[in-house]
Amino acid sequence: MNPNAPSPPAPPAPPESPEDFDRAAFLKAAAILTGAAAVGAVALVQGKRTRICNEPTGEATVRTLPPRPTLPVDRHADPLLRMQQELAHAVAKPVEQRHWMMVIDTRKCVGCHACTIACVAENKLPPGVVYRPVVTEEIGKFPNVALRFTPRPCMQCNAPPCTPVCPVKATWKRPDGIVAVDYDKCIGCGYCITACPYNARTRDAGEFYTEDTPVLQPYEQQPNFEYGKHWKRDGHKSPVGNARKCHFCLHRLEEGMLPQCVTTCIGRATYFGDGNDPGSLVNDLAARPNAVRLLEEKGTKPNVVYLI
Amino acid sequence: MKKHWRILLWALWLVVAALGVHGFATRMIEGHRHAHYGSYIIWGLWVSAYIYFIGLSAGSFLLSSMIYVFGVRKLERIGRLALFTAIVTLFMALVSIWFDLGQMFRAYRMVTSPNFGSMMAWMVWLYTLYTVIMVVELWMAMRADLCRWQTEGGIKGLVGRRLAFHRGPLPPEKEKWCHHWLKVLAIVGVPLAIAFHGGVGALFSTLSARPFWHTPLMPILFLTGALVSGGGLMAFVVAAFHPERNGEEREIVSFIGRAVLGLLLFDVVLEWAEFSVPMWYGVGHEYDLLMRVLFGDFWWVFWLVHVGLGCVIPILLLTFRGECLWSVALAGLLIAVTFMTVRLNIVIPGLLDPHLQGLQNAFTDHRLVFWYVPSFFEWQVTMFVVALGSALFYLGYRFLPLTSKAATPPLLHEQSRYEPLP
Repeated sequence: MNPNAPSPPAPPAPPESPEDFDRAAFLKAAAILTGAAAVGAVALVQGKRTRICNEPTGEATVRTLPPRPTLPVDRHADPLLRMQQELAHAVAKPVEQRHWMMVIDTRKCVGCHACTIACVAENKLPPGVVYRPVVTEEIGKFPNVALRFTPRPCMQCNAPPCTPVCPVKATWKRPDGIVAVDYDKCIGCGYCITACPYNARTRDAGEFYTEDTPVLQPYEQQPNFEYGKHWKRDGHKSPVGNARKCHFCLHRLEEGMLPQCVTTCIGRATYFGDGNDPGSLVNDLAARPNAVRLLEEKGTKPNVVYLI
Repeated sequence: MKKHWRILLWALWLVVAALGVHGFATRMIEGHRHAHYGSYIIWGLWVSAYIYFIGLSAGSFLLSSMIYVFGVRKLERIGRLALFTAIVTLFMALVSIWFDLGQMFRAYRMVTSPNFGSMMAWMVWLYTLYTVIMVVELWMAMRADLCRWQTEGGIKGLVGRRLAFHRGPLPPEKEKWCHHWLKVLAIVGVPLAIAFHGGVGALFSTLSARPFWHTPLMPILFLTGALVSGGGLMAFVVAAFHPERNGEEREIVSFIGRAVLGLLLFDVVLEWAEFSVPMWYGVGHEYDLLMRVLFGDFWWVFWLVHVGLGCVIPILLLTFRGECLWSVALAGLLIAVTFMTVRLNIVIPGLLDPHLQGLQNAFTDHRLVFWYVPSFFEWQVTMFVVALGSALFYLGYRFLPLTSKAATPPLLHEQSRYEPLP
């Protein structure tokens, strides 16, 4: 087409037709949607990039515990003594240099459930809440049965599926590896409970074991000290209504004490310590060839190791 | 409506409301104690009710958007009714899920400290936006009529004067402005409703710990389910609540009926995929769970309520009696009501059965079991939500210009009405 040719006269502008009107509406809607999508994308990227953790780190977290006189620790000593000593070393480091691990020797577990009950007593757990049940499998048909026991604390996963789902940033992975819950922030939606493949999270329904008896027993009304705070269950107050889980007795660790389940284990089947200390017992045990983790195919990278 | 029917419905409502208020009071005072969900089956009736109502909302909203966006002229008279239904069912959904929270009065934290990495935070933000859009849309659609009502006495006049934010009859250019923005918002609402209801599906399907939910089909299944159940509800609502039942009304209802039939058939195909793929070779965790859905203790929920009442009868009614107003309405009601069983059969089986076999024997406690049947208290709270929603719907139906004939929102292609006469 010859560019110099006179262009044909422009057609007269049509009166505002429904199509023009539509286009205006669609353009405005498209602008709003594009803006909203951009804001949403930024929020999503920010949300995925931000590490939710409100814990202090560095020198401020170093704990200097008073020296405790103890029996000599040698290769014949009770492993509890060695682990207590290692614990004192670990808490003398800044929190981000510790990495708590638990090793459970299933060959030594007799299925006494003492750890479960010790944990209930330590944390004043109500009905419906349990941190460390002992999974009991029956092999064979009654009466020709054998039993297999697997204590199941929280795995304190390195890739926890429960923390990123929290809609209100109430749970996170601490620098020392423990997955913590802030009861004052948790709204009790239960999403984290569904996200855990180990069923390691439970919700406090506000019940008491002795509520239907003549007297509500005082031991149930005692406060617990989870996460180093004072929690008294009463009415609708936290931790009632919250997601609750095993935290390796963090409040005890900070005072140089082993988790209650470790201390109580009658067969010394549970070991605990700093996986980031090459000389520690758990570091040694977790590297054994017979070490396995539960549901490894879920990709959660647990910090609880089982010796089989 | 005949007088005895009216009395019967009021009596029914009063019974449901009385039981519901008792359930509500119990929930507020005693918390979760009387509920049967526990620590392992953490979500039960209320979460199912939540996704059920929210599906109805998204479905009726998408239907209303179809009217305003694509100018489906046939349906334009029911646009407001659809929008209002969407608002009421969304409200019912939010109340249901609010009761499920362990700490109800911390719900505001979703807004003040959201974690946008979490699907649940997204869902809350998206449905907040969705609520705002729906309320503004409804107001824009009703504004001209609200202005017209101002001269009337009684509650109508009061509603007109309070809500119109304009004195006297609405000038044509303002009405045109309202309809323009109504259309803009309706267009914005479509992807929003898809994102938000797909997001509810994603809330479940993103959890790798629950293989029953962890399927990419889940968000699509949620969307289709929303359209089917919301469309069914709309067919019923239009037939039952639209003041006129002339030829045009019948045409609208049978049009919705045909759309619902198509969607229902598509939903059946998706459901076939959802069941047949994990079950085909009869091995695995999902197979066991699906077998419990199909042939477990609650087999009748799937076969009788869902398949029989929710699929077969509506498909027959819509296929062979598609022109009959009340057949379509009945089919719609059956689909809408029985869809609750689909929601229950998504939520509960997903939580049955631990990965760690033997966990059920680890600790004897009534909340640490892998078995769940809703308690009467849970049904009572759901009754409260239903009574509240139906009351709200009735109030809107009585005191808002949702259906009156003069209230037909003039749509874009009708704008010639405003052009000066030659």
